[in-house]
Amino acid sequence: MHVPYILSLLIWLPILGAIAVLALGRNANAARWLALAVTLVTLAISIPLWTGYLPLKPGMQFVENLAWIPALKANYALGVDGISIALIVLTAITTVLVVIGSWGPIEERVAQYMAAMLALEGLLIGVFAATDALLFYVFFEGMLIPMFIIIGIWGGPRRVYATLKFFIYTFLGSIFMLVGLIYLRVKVGDFALSSFAHAGLGTREQAWLFFAFLLGFAIKVPMWPVHTWLPDAHVEAPTGGSVVLAAIMLKVGGYGFIRFSLPITPDASQEYAWLVIALSLIAILYIGYVALVQEDMKKLIAYSSIAHMGFVTLGIFIALALVRTHNNAMGARLGIQGAMVQMISHGFVSGAMFSCIGVMYDRLHTRMIRDYGGLVNVMPWFATFFVLFAMANCGLPGTSGFVGEFMVILAAFQDDFWIALLAAFTLIIGAAYTLWLVKRVIFGKVESQKVAKMQDLNVREWIVLGTFAAGVLFVGIYPKPLVSLMDTAVQQIVQNLALAKA
Amino acid sequence: MIEFHAYDLATMLPELFLLGAACAILLIDLFIKPSQRDVTHWLTVAALAITGFLVWRNKLPDGSALDAFNGMFVLDGMATILKLFILLVTLVVCLYGRTYLRDRKLFVGEFYLLLLFATLGMMLLVSAGNMITVYLGLELLTLSQYALVALNRDSASSSEAAIKYFVLGALASGLLLYGMSMIYGATGTLDLAKINVVVGDMVHSGHRTLLAFGLVFLITGIAFKFGAAPFHMWIPDVYQGAPTAMVVFVGSAPKLAAFGMAYRLLEGAMGGMHADWTMMLAVLATLSLAIGNVFAIAQTNLKRLLGYSTISHIGFLLLGFVNGTPSGFAAALFYAISYALMATVAFGVILLLARAGFEAEEIDDFKGLNQRNPWYAGVMAIAMFSLAGVPPLFGFFAKLMVLKAVIDAGQMWLAIVAIVFAIIGLYYYLRVVKVMYFDEPAEDAPLELPADLTFRWALSLNGLALLALGIAWGPLLDWCTRAFVS
Repeated sequence: MHVPYILSLLIWLPILGAIAVLALGRNANAARWLALAVTLVTLAISIPLWTGYLPLKPGMQFVENLAWIPALKANYALGVDGISIALIVLTAITTVLVVIGSWGPIEERVAQYMAAMLALEGLLIGVFAATDALLFYVFFEGMLIPMFIIIGIWGGPRRVYATLKFFIYTFLGSIFMLVGLIYLRVKVGDFALSSFAHAGLGTREQAWLFFAFLLGFAIKVPMWPVHTWLPDAHVEAPTGGSVVLAAIMLKVGGYGFIRFSLPITPDASQEYAWLVIALSLIAILYIGYVALVQEDMKKLIAYSSIAHMGFVTLGIFIALALVRTHNNAMGARLGIQGAMVQMISHGFVSGAMFSCIGVMYDRLHTRMIRDYGGLVNVMPWFATFFVLFAMANCGLPGTSGFVGEFMVILAAFQDDFWIALLAAFTLIIGAAYTLWLVKRVIFGKVESQKVAKMQDLNVREWIVLGTFAAGVLFVGIYPKPLVSLMDTAVQQIVQNLALAKA
Repeated sequence: MIEFHAYDLATMLPELFLLGAACAILLIDLFIKPSQRDVTHWLTVAALAITGFLVWRNKLPDGSALDAFNGMFVLDGMATILKLFILLVTLVVCLYGRTYLRDRKLFVGEFYLLLLFATLGMMLLVSAGNMITVYLGLELLTLSQYALVALNRDSASSSEAAIKYFVLGALASGLLLYGMSMIYGATGTLDLAKINVVVGDMVHSGHRTLLAFGLVFLITGIAFKFGAAPFHMWIPDVYQGAPTAMVVFVGSAPKLAAFGMAYRLLEGAMGGMHADWTMMLAVLATLSLAIGNVFAIAQTNLKRLLGYSTISHIGFLLLGFVNGTPSGFAAALFYAISYALMATVAFGVILLLARAGFEAEEIDDFKGLNQRNPWYAGVMAIAMFSLAGVPPLFGFFAKLMVLKAVIDAGQMWLAIVAIVFAIIGLYYYLRVVKVMYFDEPAEDAPLELPADLTFRWALSLNGLALLALGIAWGPLLDWCTRAFVS
């Protein structure tokens, strides 16, 4: 099926839907149903994007190009390859689940909440679809506004601190990137990402730009040591906000490395790959230990997100090292593929984990591990799902968590044994903190009276967790469709890296 | 020899019409009862609108310019665009102020007349082709402004603000005149275009000491009118002390006029000293960014906060001059327009919340506004995000263009300084949004909106314009760029 202007539709439908929800949502239920309808239609439109994509054809597809600011040669230019499509579909699925998941828990100012979620969806899809740097930047920064509002209004007790920290921290990173983008614009004469890649930059210029991009994307990912906003934001955000933050917004950072750092500053990326690899390893190891000692479940999952995202950055920069120093294109493909699969998998797993914590929080209004225990006795269905997601979080084979991590470790082996060894430690540490969490929350005797009264999942929660579980298992058991969707795009990135070698 | 042509009058037709209208309104206002003051209000609005139409009709093809009265008056692309926006903003100020003034028994004809004369002054200023016209326009503007600030004469803070403004303003005018006299002494002419030629020759032959002194004084005068640090002392006090309806005006349209004046004096007359004044402006810009943004953090009074924010925005605007090319001036002009539109929204919402006996000027007065009136909370949030420079709002693109101009000029360090302070600035704008959205309201009652529908509609449109211009800002940018084509 061919849908004209499919990318614009995917971006603007949720944003217009947000306006409609605001205008019509006097009644909370009307707002919920309207928001659900909009997200479902968006999801439906995203399917022809996947099916209509020609996986073997290199380059951007579904291209749209309109002059936006002729004086600046900035265009309203959209286009997607396999990598973007995977992330767009992930966004569309997650937003539907978030809307369903927030059905009960959000009772105040429902219309505004749903509108913020819808606007966020549109802006996120815009980030993944933009092929013009200025347009990308507008979406990239614009998405901070709805998230700021979501955490600030519906968040926990320290929400104001958390949301201000989130906004200012991420703004700080991206505005340096903006200077880099303007510099490139002055240099090449337009804002198209494809012309940025052929800017013919000198070594020094590349280094400066690389660090500008690094700051912007590392804060988004987030990488150690610029991760400190994430635990605060996650703990204070409402469940839906946490899910979107973990499942999609963090991916923007990884996506940015692939779209900006690798093609535009390949030499500097190669020169400083050791730095990013070191930071990724610190994230994987050290942050894993930090996760181990958390008493707040959301914080634990937040730190585990940082550790898992460490695999994404590791995979991307290992690939760079492989293709440019060892001439190992196959290994490099494996690294980037692994990073991408890890991003999609982490989208499902972290979204599911935060949804699970939301389910518990809605019943007991606490996120502290010590307040729970023995849930398996009162909530068997919930316990089943929780254990499944926990297994995925430790990277058990058969779940999505395994595939990405395995591919990245495999790629790392081809570069350096020690890097692979250190990265592989995550399988132990990740299992340690996740399984210990499961032990304390799910298993054991029911100690508390309140826990004894907890009800098992209702239909709404079933749908949310069931969908996440399906995603986790599908990617874990049969990752081929996902991998082949992204294969051409990844191959092309690796090829360009090899070609750009001076 | 002084010649007079009838078509000179046609060139100046909008100004002449505005002068006539102001005099007519002055007379009419004398003969109507205070209860019929609305007549004055609507006549003023009509006068501004018609003047705007005449300016539009007098528009010249791109790149051409017209002299009138032996070069005293210049009409070119930049003058047209500045005048149109000055008139638009002043008209908006008229619409915003009515309820506020009526509630405070300040709904008097003087307000409208001072506004009209100030507008006339600004129009002269941006069309000035001679030092004398610059000075005349400037004094007409600033004298009206002093009186406007002092209009609420029973209020101690307002009188204090007016006196501070007047004393410092008079000093600045004196400095400006001193600078002009030095340049006259050095070049022997008051005509800006002729000065430019002579300055070019003098700089070539190395006679620049006197010119440099004159330039310093000119820059001081300009910086004072803009409110650029370190000549910013009057801004916070005037913004806080003056009645809000006057602050909307003082904080918006005159910045456009100040841009015009700076362009005429610096690029129009002292183009040969380009290297000197860009350096000076870079220093002023950096200081303004630093002082404006850092001091704004500590404020609890929203008007004062916006005062410091003005200083920082002026810093950004001046960065556009640093480039010293047409694209840099276009960026600065674009920035000035965006700032004027954003400031009117921010002050407009303060006016909207104010009632008889209650000034909504503390930040805490905005607590929980989203629960009391989501629409205007949204408008204010748009203004704040736009002032902070977050895409996709207008303010971001204005900053983008200035940053591009600065990077074009190879001044990377200035761009870095600018964005570091933009991050600091983000904090206090977000604080206003935080108070509106995240805090509980002090009173649960829905907001009492003023009955004046024109005010509410104008404010909503003004707010939406920041969003619309954030998406489709190309035409406006084009227009600004074409204004500097020669």
